[in-house]
Amino acid sequence: MTETFVAPQVEFAGVSKSYADGRLVLDAIDLTVAKGEFVTLLGSSGCGKSTVLKLISGLTSPSAGTIRVDGMTPKNGRETVSYIFQDATLLPWRTVRQNVGLGLELEGVNGDRRREKAAFLLDRVGLGNVGEAYPRELSGGMKMRVSIARALATSPKLLLMDEPFAALDEMTRDRLNEELLRWREEQQWTGIFVTHSVAEAVFLSTRIVVLASNPGRIHSVISVKLPFPRTAALRASPEFGTLALEVSRTLREATLQ
Amino acid sequence: MRRRLIPLANALCVFAAMLLLWQAVLWIFRVPPFMLPSPWAVARAVVARFPALVASLSITAGEAGGGLLASVVAGVLIALIFAQSRWVRRMLYPYTILLQTVPIVAIAPLILMWVGAGAAAVTLIAFIISLAPVIANTTQGLISVDENLVHLFLMHNASPKQLLFKLRLPHAVPSLFVGIRIASGIAVIGAITGELYAGSSQVGQGGLGYSILYASSQLQTDYLFALVLAATVLGFGFFFVVMFLEWYFLHRWHESARAQDAE
Repeated sequence: MTETFVAPQVEFAGVSKSYADGRLVLDAIDLTVAKGEFVTLLGSSGCGKSTVLKLISGLTSPSAGTIRVDGMTPKNGRETVSYIFQDATLLPWRTVRQNVGLGLELEGVNGDRRREKAAFLLDRVGLGNVGEAYPRELSGGMKMRVSIARALATSPKLLLMDEPFAALDEMTRDRLNEELLRWREEQQWTGIFVTHSVAEAVFLSTRIVVLASNPGRIHSVISVKLPFPRTAALRASPEFGTLALEVSRTLREATLQ
Repeated sequence: MRRRLIPLANALCVFAAMLLLWQAVLWIFRVPPFMLPSPWAVARAVVARFPALVASLSITAGEAGGGLLASVVAGVLIALIFAQSRWVRRMLYPYTILLQTVPIVAIAPLILMWVGAGAAAVTLIAFIISLAPVIANTTQGLISVDENLVHLFLMHNASPKQLLFKLRLPHAVPSLFVGIRIASGIAVIGAITGELYAGSSQVGQGGLGYSILYASSQLQTDYLFALVLAATVLGFGFFFVVMFLEWYFLHRWHESARAQDAE
């Protein structure tokens, strides 16, 4: 087999972003995320990690530099990108099943196909029996599962996650972390994940990008060479502990700078 | 079941006590019937002139209902324009406040002059007076959509039409109902007030306001009371219809329904 050039999933070259008032949020970010990676952006609040996701999805434009998503501009690359927000952001007037089908509906996929896909994904996220319920009847963890199912429904190649589990209790968060990796194995998307939790970053990632704030910039990049599949047992292993300690130390450095 | 019946029984006791007090005042102070008729005389007037009462009631109901319906349609359309941009809102919002503050009794003679006496003029008055709350509340609902939901729609390259019909409008429905609830009360008041000025001049075709005016000029105080009673019933009727519609459209998903579940 000959080696062919594969465009990286996401490419940032010298990207800066400042607000209208001139305040610099991100300063000269260079970052390449290869297909199949799971990269976590780790940093204290205000370091611009959410802004990175907004730039990738084309919801906001850079003040300088270029961004490529699967070789395209962020807006053109959108079709294969899904976004998961910190809140589940479900439409309260729709049933769970209709919420999962939303992305497909907006893209013009017909009703039968939507129902089929929604049923399949709800089953995968462990909510096969609540399809006809309304969001207000669900717990926070269940809502987030629906939100994930909705994001996966459009078969994304890239999944952007903005602190999706920050509002959940630790037990729920750990379980969703484990399941997220399982879903990734099944669906083979590239993940970019934003968090301020070191444990979460180490557990999920193939690479951790530690950001420093004011303005947001890359402080260091740490590879996580823990083998997949990762299970709950990993959190108790000495390798995990050592790495978490190292990441913690680096994060503190980045914050104190 | 018992928890619901006890407050109802209490309310009926209060009602009975009020009737007794009313009757007592008549006996003690020997009030002439044309000043204050007995509850019994009012009841007799209701029965004796029931067809006329119902006719007046339905005329006023039609005018208030027509005015309310028109303000819901127009209010939603205007709110859609207001929701387009902050700039449009700043430019036009003062005029909705004007709509709310202009005394209806002051412009009623004008409307009478332009449209002529009758149901059309009264419906127009009910419409004008009930429009502002629909505009204000619906606009608020349309523009208060969570930014991330808008982002979500944009991520799927949603068209402006999809954003409107699948996101902004459904999101505004609870606020729209808040507006309709307020508007329904003032539409009834507006119609009755309007009839005092612009009610039909033909006997037997006037609504409640017109009939109240007529009954008072004839010193038919018992019938006057019956008409006031009918006006109250009409207000309650509108309120319950709107409450029912609100429940019907929102009870499955809106948080307000959860508050009721918890009670």
